[in-house]
Amino acid sequence: MRSIQFREALREALSEEMRRDERVFLMGEEVAEYNGAYKVSQGMLDEFGPERVVDTPIAELGFAGIGVGAAMNGLRPVIEFMTFNFSLVAIDQVINAAAKLMSMSGGQYGAPMVFRGPTGSAGMLSSQHSQNFENWYANTPGLKVVVPSNPYDAKGLLKSAIRDNDPVIFMESEQMYGDKGEVPEEEYLLPIGVADIKREGTDVTIVSFGKIMKVALAAADELAKEGINAEVIDLRTVRPIDYKTLVESVKKTNRMVVVEEAWPLASISAELAYHIQSNAFDYMDAPVKRVTCRDVPLPYAPTLIEASLPNVARTVEAVKQVMYKKA
Amino acid sequence: MADTKDKAKKVAPAKAKVQAKPTFSKETYMWWYENMKLMRRFEEKAGQLYGQQKIKGFCHLYIGQEACVAGAVTALTKDDKWITAYRDHAHPLALGTDPGAIMAELFAKATGCSKGKGGSMHMFDKEVNFMGGHGIVGAQVPLGAGIAFAEKYNKTGNLCICYMGDGAVRQGAFHEALNMAMTWKLPVIFVIENNGYAMGTSVERTSNVQQLYTLGESYDMPSFPVEAMSVENVHEAVAEAAARARAGEGPTLLEFRTYRYKGHSMSDPAKYRTKEELEDYKSRDSIEAVKATILLNKWATEEELEQIDEQAKQKVAEAVKFAEESPYPDPSELYTDIYAESDYPYIMD
Ligand SMILES: Cc1ncc(C[n+]2csc(CCOP(=O)(O)OP(=O)(O)O)c2C)c(N)n1
Ligand SMILES: [Mg+2]
Repeated sequence: MRSIQFREALREALSEEMRRDERVFLMGEEVAEYNGAYKVSQGMLDEFGPERVVDTPIAELGFAGIGVGAAMNGLRPVIEFMTFNFSLVAIDQVINAAAKLMSMSGGQYGAPMVFRGPTGSAGMLSSQHSQNFENWYANTPGLKVVVPSNPYDAKGLLKSAIRDNDPVIFMESEQMYGDKGEVPEEEYLLPIGVADIKREGTDVTIVSFGKIMKVALAAADELAKEGINAEVIDLRTVRPIDYKTLVESVKKTNRMVVVEEAWPLASISAELAYHIQSNAFDYMDAPVKRVTCRDVPLPYAPTLIEASLPNVARTVEAVKQVMYKKA
Repeated sequence: MADTKDKAKKVAPAKAKVQAKPTFSKETYMWWYENMKLMRRFEEKAGQLYGQQKIKGFCHLYIGQEACVAGAVTALTKDDKWITAYRDHAHPLALGTDPGAIMAELFAKATGCSKGKGGSMHMFDKEVNFMGGHGIVGAQVPLGAGIAFAEKYNKTGNLCICYMGDGAVRQGAFHEALNMAMTWKLPVIFVIENNGYAMGTSVERTSNVQQLYTLGESYDMPSFPVEAMSVENVHEAVAEAAARARAGEGPTLLEFRTYRYKGHSMSDPAKYRTKEELEDYKSRDSIEAVKATILLNKWATEEELEQIDEQAKQKVAEAVKFAEESPYPDPSELYTDIYAESDYPYIMD
């Protein structure tokens, strides 16, 4: 099979959906003439023209809201945030408008649209540019939240997100855009809300999503060298969460470690731990452990970043703890 | 309205004026020359070091815009407060922050002016009243108004000068802050550094309103364009605005017409503009104009100015040495400087 970059997979998804459905358009900062801050939309202005690939001023609140209004009135906007750090400027329109319309209007109006862009840390950018809001958005009823980890998933899930009749938050990573992966030429869609077992195993369940899946998979490789056979589950979607796949896995492995880039308090890992103790308590041989970003803003210095972000060593250690093995 | 259109018409002369009968003193010119050279040499070095990967992350250089800061420093007092966006190396440099502390911050070292926690976009130095270095476009504008609110509240007679890029004026925060600042007559000078572009987007592509200073007029704020390749113009405009602020008349909006010679950040090839445009601005370089005025008035010889430039390079070299020899923050620093409370109970698992 051919191998393409994450950014190319996203571009294919966007372009295919725009060819298929006239109502779909892309709007955001530098998406058109500059070909995208991270080159996701390269060449799309040429193909679709400025009516459908729309450059905006730096006005997130305004263009997010314009997207919601357009969606209410029959279009299918894809709103790009240069990064989700800047989505905070627009979050009122996402939470108070997009997520609420269906409910407030008694089902008369909705916001079938996608808000997408990179999330999380991306090198030495300091605290305002290194944040994960997956759990913030996932907390909000009315939204769906997709966080893919490889080009194949990204393409299939973005196509589904664009076709979805509800507002979808779609979170990528600067540090994944260059990643290559196998993506078939033929069209395919992947369902939102379905986790994927990226590696089968029997001894422990490691759960993650998005870019940090790389850490989870690398940790599983490390553990395999020591004879520990980890099952690695990629949530792919953090609202809704595919609890069923998790519970089934834990019933088999009896242990769970969650790896997540966000801060610990009220994180996705906290939610998963709650659900597992509530629904698979009798199957657990150890308390759930998690590896998250440290409970601090992410600073600039590499020594501090290293000490803060989830990594393979911490994940391996957490697995050994739930297996009651010496580190 | 006809009046305001006129004001804007010709703010960019083809060449920065050499001052045959300067209104500023020799000392002021010499200070400008020395400090603008230091900014220029510092940023050139930072660019080089970025290329060598000694500096990482995002790095936005100030080359070309030096007059915007230099002219304001000489027009204000040392008790006035400063705030800007992420293009923030030159402001503390001109306010007297040790170049070593700024370079060390770029190197992510513990001796940096933000202890290696902020980096290029988040310089801070309380000693010189430099209140940052902010990374979310436009978000420092309300902060600037708030800093001024506190000065007014405490009846200090000080003011806040709040810088932003041309891109920032399309943010709601800018408009909300301007409205309140004017309504409440806060002692703040809002400075738009209009360098023509926000990343790859020219001012023309972001609005029908391209005379950015006119945005202040919506709030009845005294608002002026300033040809800011001239440091004299910057000083005069800021001094007038400061007098207004200190007289209790409230804010002023200044649109500094300027230019960045380099790309937006180190990763931007700047394909969206022409070579001619760049050359045009370089031909009226603010530092060269200051130099020409000094020479014309025989305040210093070519050699003496050369000497000052050498000293600037020397200072930068020392700053680099200091930065290179400084340690990275110890990992234990991760849990410091987050809360004022010293024993905050962090989640540790
Ligand atoms: C709210 C927000 N949106 C987007 C960005 C990404 N961004 C960083 S700088 C920039 C361009 C800003 O240009 P301008 O205000 O003109 O300042 P300049 O870089 O020219 O000094 C953009 C879009 C950001 N930092 N914050
Ligand atoms: Mg600009």
